[in-house]
Amino acid sequence: MIICVASGKGGTGKTTVATSLALSIAGQAPLFLDCDVEEPNAALFLKPELIDQEEVGILIPEVDFDKCTYCGRCAVVCAWHAIAVVGRRVLVFPELCHGCGSCTLSCPEGAIHEVLHVMGRLESGRAGPIAFGHGILNVGEAMAVPIIRQLKAKHVANANHSVAILDASPGTSCPVVETMRGSDFVLLVTEPTPFGLHDLRLAVQVARDELGLPVGVVINRDGMGDSGVDNYCAAEGIPILMRIPLDRRIARAISGGEALVEALPEYRPRFVELYERILAQFDSRKEAR
Amino acid sequence: MKQLVILSGKGGTGKTSVAAALAHLASAEMPIVLADADVDAANLELVLHPTKREEHVFMGGQVAVINPDRCTLCGRCYEVCRFDAVFPGDDTYRVDPLACEGCASCVYQCPATAILSEEQQAGLWFRSDTRFGPLFHAHLFAGQENSGKLVTMVKQQGRLLALDEGRELLIVDGPPGIGCPVISANAGADLALLVTEPTVSGVHDLERILGTVNHFRVPALVLINKADVNPAHTAKIEAYCRAEGIPLVGKLPYDTVVTAAMVQGQPVTAFQPDGPMALALRRVWARLRQYLNGAGLSPAAVGR
Repeated sequence: MIICVASGKGGTGKTTVATSLALSIAGQAPLFLDCDVEEPNAALFLKPELIDQEEVGILIPEVDFDKCTYCGRCAVVCAWHAIAVVGRRVLVFPELCHGCGSCTLSCPEGAIHEVLHVMGRLESGRAGPIAFGHGILNVGEAMAVPIIRQLKAKHVANANHSVAILDASPGTSCPVVETMRGSDFVLLVTEPTPFGLHDLRLAVQVARDELGLPVGVVINRDGMGDSGVDNYCAAEGIPILMRIPLDRRIARAISGGEALVEALPEYRPRFVELYERILAQFDSRKEAR
Repeated sequence: MKQLVILSGKGGTGKTSVAAALAHLASAEMPIVLADADVDAANLELVLHPTKREEHVFMGGQVAVINPDRCTLCGRCYEVCRFDAVFPGDDTYRVDPLACEGCASCVYQCPATAILSEEQQAGLWFRSDTRFGPLFHAHLFAGQENSGKLVTMVKQQGRLLALDEGRELLIVDGPPGIGCPVISANAGADLALLVTEPTVSGVHDLERILGTVNHFRVPALVLINKADVNPAHTAKIEAYCRAEGIPLVGKLPYDTVVTAAMVQGQPVTAFQPDGPMALALRRVWARLRQYLNGAGLSPAAVGR
């Protein structure tokens, strides 16, 4: 069971919900992956002991000038203009390269081989019974997706965890799609405000309409704004699986780096209940098929 | 013409609420242009109620399209795709357009020339009028790539109009994170306003966004939102800014009036002009104006 926690709007409490969910079902030894590689914050709350570290990135071309005939085929096939042949020089622009390998495959002389261009790193370890992993995009690098893809490939693909919780980045574009892809359920954390609602709609479009995944909503800071999110969920038939009230104690605990369920243990059974509701949603959908 | 970009690293720190308030305050003193560079979750329009004047199609990247009549099922496309975008179907291979990066590697490798690259519409961009000035904004379609390219488009249009009409300030409301759309939003800015909050995440993300704007040599200023939620962390951010030579342009209180204004669809400075939040934002704008005029922007503010 892979649960992706996403939101559309930033700062609605994705990491708060994802970390507290993991801590509340720690007995199941879940896998937790922080896929917000631009701003990975889950480690601040789960405080894992990081054991393993690995540099990751994309494979970029390197030209063997003994073989190169400067025919320019590599530049023709590159969709990103990341390689250029100027006279008897071949220039590679790593920041434009997407690592697709097309130039290497297309070179008639076999004059291109590939080298790793480091864009970030993966770290993993344990937070008690929780297996933890996150990716960190290097500052100044543009592409988050390759880091997310490798983080997931490393941990999700060959894992035997009964539950994996993926914490996504805000927004609705490619990094979020990459995180959601292959999940069994998308938990959307929102706040009951016009901004929260607007971005929730977009997140539902990606998760439910484009990727065809079951979705459920957590309303965080319940009571702060208006009833727009409630009305929308009712009209769309999207289940509201949990409400977390607007509570200064929660804001304070989180600001100091404490997980919600550790600062306020009375929330632990409510997160267990959230997990059971997700399972129930998932099962009822399977039966409906 | 000056270009001010509002960024945060962490999402939900109040970028858009600050941007709307600054648009309100700045437009009372000078002609401005606005650009919403958070193209995957554009919220500025919820506060500014724009009247759309122009709508344009945004063509994003390419997507591979397989012609089933020519496909010989050899599987070469599946083999060369590094983005898990090609998968075997019943009578032909298929492409998942959301996963396809548009690299065209499969197009060139297909021995039956059964694959073409087709440009896809990835969104829309708009020129609108608001009561504070023209707004350029966009909708990236759900799950699309190339948000950086769309951000650049929206900003360029805003910049051109500002230059054409002699407007003095372009305010860019940026996206969260530090990746491609943020780098595009930050490019060419005269000043970056970094909105943070006194939480462990806020502090952590401030360091990363500051690294990003420094990397691209844009001078930065810091604004601490919800400063009273955790005074210890606020003090930490202040000390950090001092140590790094980054000017702190102000502190905003935690105030539910921000949400109330959002629900009413108004900048907080217009919703409750004499409240503590509006007064704090006026002070922030006064300082920002000085920095935009060049006063007090020393090389130290450019950081390491």
